[in-house]
This record gives sequence, structure tokens and C-alpha cells, in this order.
Amino acid sequence: MSGISRRKFLKSTVVAGGSAAAAMSSTKSAFAMKEFEGYPDSMGVLVDLTRCIGCRTCEAACNKEHNLPEPAVPFDNFSVFDQVFHGGKQKRRPTEKAYTVVNRYETKAQGAPVYRKIQCNHCSEPACLTSCFVNAYKKTKEGAVIYNADVCVGCRMCMVACPFGVPAYSYDSALHPEIIKCNFCYDKRLKNGQPPACVEACPQDALTFGHRKTLVKIAHERIRSNHKKYVDYVYGEKEVGGTSWMYLSSVPFDQVGFNTTLQKHPILDNTKSFLGIVPMVLGIWPAMFLGFHLLAKGGKGEKEDKSKNKVEVHGE
Amino acid sequence: MKNFIKAGFKPVDSLNDPDDGHRWSIMQKLLLGLTPQEYFKQLRRNPFNWLLFIIFAVGLPVIVYRYYMGLGSVMHGSHDYPWGLFLGFGLFCMVPLSASGFLLGTTVELFGHKKFKPILNLALLNGLLGYLFAVIYLLVDLGVPWRLYYPMVISWGTAAVLFLVGWHVATYLTVQVLEVSETFFEWINWPTAKKYIHSGTIGLTVAGIILSTLHQGALGTLLTYAPGKVHPLWYSSEFMWIFYLCSSVFAGLCMVIAVSTVVKKTMAWRCNSDFLDNLDAITIGLAKGASMALVTYFAIKLIGMTHDNLWVYLTTGWGTWYLLEIGLGVVLPIILFSIAIRKKSVGLIRFTAFLTIAGLLMNRLNTALISFNWNLYQEIPHPLETIISVTIFALFIVVYRFLLYRLPILYSWKAVPAKALASVPVLDQAAPISTQPQPEHQFAKGMSS
Repeated sequence: MSGISRRKFLKSTVVAGGSAAAAMSSTKSAFAMKEFEGYPDSMGVLVDLTRCIGCRTCEAACNKEHNLPEPAVPFDNFSVFDQVFHGGKQKRRPTEKAYTVVNRYETKAQGAPVYRKIQCNHCSEPACLTSCFVNAYKKTKEGAVIYNADVCVGCRMCMVACPFGVPAYSYDSALHPEIIKCNFCYDKRLKNGQPPACVEACPQDALTFGHRKTLVKIAHERIRSNHKKYVDYVYGEKEVGGTSWMYLSSVPFDQVGFNTTLQKHPILDNTKSFLGIVPMVLGIWPAMFLGFHLLAKGGKGEKEDKSKNKVEVHGE
Repeated sequence: MKNFIKAGFKPVDSLNDPDDGHRWSIMQKLLLGLTPQEYFKQLRRNPFNWLLFIIFAVGLPVIVYRYYMGLGSVMHGSHDYPWGLFLGFGLFCMVPLSASGFLLGTTVELFGHKKFKPILNLALLNGLLGYLFAVIYLLVDLGVPWRLYYPMVISWGTAAVLFLVGWHVATYLTVQVLEVSETFFEWINWPTAKKYIHSGTIGLTVAGIILSTLHQGALGTLLTYAPGKVHPLWYSSEFMWIFYLCSSVFAGLCMVIAVSTVVKKTMAWRCNSDFLDNLDAITIGLAKGASMALVTYFAIKLIGMTHDNLWVYLTTGWGTWYLLEIGLGVVLPIILFSIAIRKKSVGLIRFTAFLTIAGLLMNRLNTALISFNWNLYQEIPHPLETIISVTIFALFIVVYRFLLYRLPILYSWKAVPAKALASVPVLDQAAPISTQPQPEHQFAKGMSS
């Protein structure tokens, strides 16, 4: 230690620590802001499975709204509910030709079948967005998760990351393959405050459009006022940090195809501990390994014998 | 090639022809000093080349077909299994097997452990090619491969782990090209450039350690985006990156052992005595390193199991499969390595290295493909997808061999200084041209035998 005495060093450390603590109190609010809980004015949809009759009107409306290709089986044909794939292990799912599908579930608890609509749930902190390395996704303040095909490289990380298995990919296009998924009718409707086409088309009022905050209250109110009918759970309120689309059901959610094992915090959190290491490695490694290098060389002109033990431990 | 060597042929390993002192031309260097006819004769005679030829005859058209018809023509086009063999094997397996470059770079250049010097260049090349071909696999897999540079230039998704992988693989590839370019500059005889690169060795090595630490770990972290899809036994939200980093250490070292074994068996003629004589001792040294990493890996896997309390899964079918992976790929190698190191049995070490690599492949494929969507259904890769994967791997072997034959990686380049030329007895004034037909005749005999 040359130039700076130990005392001086300690003193300056204490001063620095003190000022850091002082700064801390004034930045408390800034720290609090790091906890993102979704946009305050985010819109959403509450899907009430007890009201859905499986008429597929929403599917038809979506197809028309987005000019999607004509389906193999027309929308007034209900044989699609019998379709199963991969040895009966999977029912229909959103594909490159359909943003939304409705499936039928025969449940033990109830005599009548239960229908469930699937589409993008528009997470508050979407995994597709946070896993995308070209920022192709955007969560709008209205709550929609939208995708920009112009920058997409086609790595399909978002499909791996989506906890609901929603994004589909147009594999058959050689030149312009892209992710295809529900966009909450953002461009034509949501942006102007209008509900998406499926909600507007639903004859059963199974889909309720509104502010997400309000919908959470409505959902709990419905459960409270009719607790015999509903399972006491709002699917999507907490899943992966909350979603804009939420569900109410009369049967346990895992019996109607929902993944009930999802984590309650955003998927992004899983990568945070690693991402926190990155700047540390970038900051520490160069000096540390150059230091090892100097140690191994044992200063100028010294023999390299000493370094050998070191190498056994570290290099190998 | 062996027959040529038997007949007294010496492949190009120096700046000047030792017989007459003329400079080898690029063409002669490329053909290793053989005439074109001889070169093709030796190509034809090797049955392995016929196998490669068949693979390319089938595989290359399939690759062209993929670009014309889209990904859906060669994959199942599954929305549930977006990643298939191209990434499951090409990225997740090739990258850890290519950790050799930074590991031996650190050992030799940074810690000055000269014992491993003879194998350093091989380890660096192994690293470079592994990464290069991981990118080639990626180019087949990406939906819009011509936008590969987008995350670098056009649009930054800085919060994404894949962004980090992309950047680090790109920069690390550059670092490795520079590291290996030293031998290339030597080969094309550009000493200034070689010297320049050499002056930056330490910087490049440290950059290699940083980038490797981060992107090996990042590959594991990629899968933490899919909790619940990856089976819990292969998943850990906290430790994924360290599992991947740690396993890349033994994977990279075992890959060097494996490649050097193949090299010793198939192209000993290209190796100099420095390489061949020291290889056994080096192999034992590498095995020591690999077994340390294996023990560490086993220990942190146990910690991970306990941390997430995964013991209950071990009694299921997936548990049996998991135990098989750990048993064959980690525990057995630890035992075999320790026996082999004690007995100095290089043969057993080599066998174990291959076993460890198999275990690593199992681990990566299990995580990214086999146990992926374990709640859903199992997908068997499309036949054409498999063909393309095999074809690219064959291309990897061809490029690998091509470079090993030529660049001073297994041997050291003899740059006879220009002054020494004068002292070389001039046997034949017309040497540069007239020497060529002569050996042709000579080796043609050797070939027919």
C-alpha cells in the first residue's frame, strides 16, 4: 500500500458507506417502482366457463376479424370437440390458422360438459416478450401483447417460453415465416377502446371485457355470491405474475386443461439471478484471471515451478 | 495416406521444400505436396470418404429442399416442440463439447502450464469448429436465417438470455478465429500478422474465459424460461447455469481426449513427435481435470436435488432414465477415471472420455428435447431433420480433418529462414517443376500395394 494509509482508507470507506445509506432513504420510492405489477389501465377479459355453451361463435368471429384461412371443419360443426392428437394426449390448440379455439371437457363432477376457450392470455409480464432477443414483442398500456414480424429472426424462443403454449409458427412459409397468435384485436379495436371481436360475438355473455382491476373484483364477487357454483379461484389473477385474460370455472381447473402448477411470479424472475451474475463476471473475471496469470508466472524472471501447484487446482 | 507415408512421402510441414529449398505454393500446400491425381487417389481409397460421400449425396439436397420449402418440410412443425435436433443437438451439445478452447487456453497461456502445450492448438481448433457448426445448425433452424445479425444491429432485446447467448457466441467465435489464425498465418507465411495476434494472446484468453463462463451458463438459463415444460429432474431455476458451466468443463476436456484419440488412430502421419510422445501424459492430465469437474458436477447435482427436493421423482419412469444418465454419464466415468489415472491406463481413459461425452449428450438432449413437454407427449424428430443433422455433423468432420491435415496444429511449422536456403545443396536447378512427376510415379507403386 503506497500513497494511501490504512487509516485513510478505512475512513473513506466509512464515509462512502454513510453517504450511500443516506442516498438510500431518498431513493426508496425508486426501488419500489422496480416491482412491476402490470399497467394500471390494462384491459382484460374474464372468461366464465359456466356460461360457455361451446357454440364456436367466438372462433368464427376471430377468423373473420383477422382474415384467417377457412377452417378445415366449418365453425358450425361440433365434431371438432372430439378431435384429439398425439395418442389422445392433446386437444385442439391455437395454430397458425386459428388464434383461438374452444375445447370440450367431460368432467366427473358435472353431468354437462364444460367448454374452455383458449387464446393468448396477454400476461402482465409476458415470457415471450422477455425471452425475445430482438424485442419483437410489446406489451401495450391497454394490456395487449403484440408481435412485430419485421424484426423476428425465427428462433422460436417465445414458443418455448410461453407457459400457456399459445404462440404458433407458420413453419410452411419458406420466406416469411412468423409467429401467429391472438393480439387482443389491438390494431382495429382495443386501441380505440373497443372489445375484441370474440367478446362482441359471444351470445352467452361468457366473455366480459373491462379493466383488469375491475374484472378481478367482478370475478371474486361472482364467486362470493354463488360459491356453490364456482371453484374459489380466479385462474390468471396470479399465474406467472397475472394475465389480462382470466377464467372462472365450476370444476377444478386441472380437469379442464389448465396448467395449475404454474409459478405465481413472472417467468422473467427465473433468469434474474443469472442475469445478475453477468455484470459481476464481466467486472471481476478480467482482473482475477490476469492476477492468476501474474501469480502463475511468479513475477518477472522467476522459475515457473511455483505456479504448477496453482495450475493443478485451477486450470483443471 | 498411410500408404504414401510408407512409401517415403513426407507431407508439407514447412515453408520450403526440404529437398530443394523452393517455396511451396499454396496449391502444393493445399494438396499436402501430393499431385492432384495422387491426392484424389488417396481420397478415393479411404472407405470413410465413401460414407461421407453418401451422407452428402443424400443430405445436401435435403438442406436445399429445406430452404425452398420452409422449415415445415423437414420438421414436424410442432407448436409444442419448437426446438428439435438442430438446436437440441447442434446448439446445446456442440457448445459444451467446444469448451476445450478456453479451458486449455487458460491452462497453457494463463497459468503457464507448458505440459499441455502440444495439444493447445487442437483444443483451440476444436473450440472454434464446434462453435462455428453450432451457428451453422442455427442457420438451418432459424425461420429467417438471413436476419441472424438482427439482434446485433437492428433490434436489441437486452433483457433476454438469448440476447446474451447470441452476442457471446458471436464475440467468442471472433476470439477463437483470432486464436486459431496464428497457425493459419504461419501456414500462409505472414509472420507479421502472426506476431501481432500472438501479442494479444493473454487478452484473448481472458476474453475467452469471460465469454465462456457466461454463455455456457446462459444456455442452461435459457431453459429456465420453460419451468414445468422441462421435467423437474432436469430443471433448476437457481442452478441451471452452474450445472451447464460445470458440465461444459468435463465435456470440453473429454472432447479433446476423444479427438486426440481419433487423430492418433487415423492421422498419426500428421502429428509430430512432440504431440505423439506427450499425448499419453497429456491425456492423463486432462482426465484428472475432467474427473475433478465430474466430481464437482455430481456434488452440485446432489445439492440441486436436495434444494428443490426432487427425490420423489426418482421412483418414477423419468427418475429411472435420470439415474441412468447420471449413472452412465457421471458416476461410472468418475470411477473409471480414478481407476485409469491410478493405473495410468490411457486406453481406459480414452474409453471413459467417450462415455462421458455420451453422458453429456444424453443430458443436453434430455433437457432440451426428451424430457421437454413431459406432461404432454413425446415427439420423435422428423427423418429429414435427422438427416440434416447428420449431414452437418459430417461436414463438421470434413472441415475438421481438412484443417488438421494442413494447418500446423498437430505438428509445428518449420519456417526455414531464407538465409539457410543458400546452404541447402542445390541438387537440381529445375527442381520446382521436375520433382513433381517423380514422386507420383513412386507413390503410385505404393498405392497399388
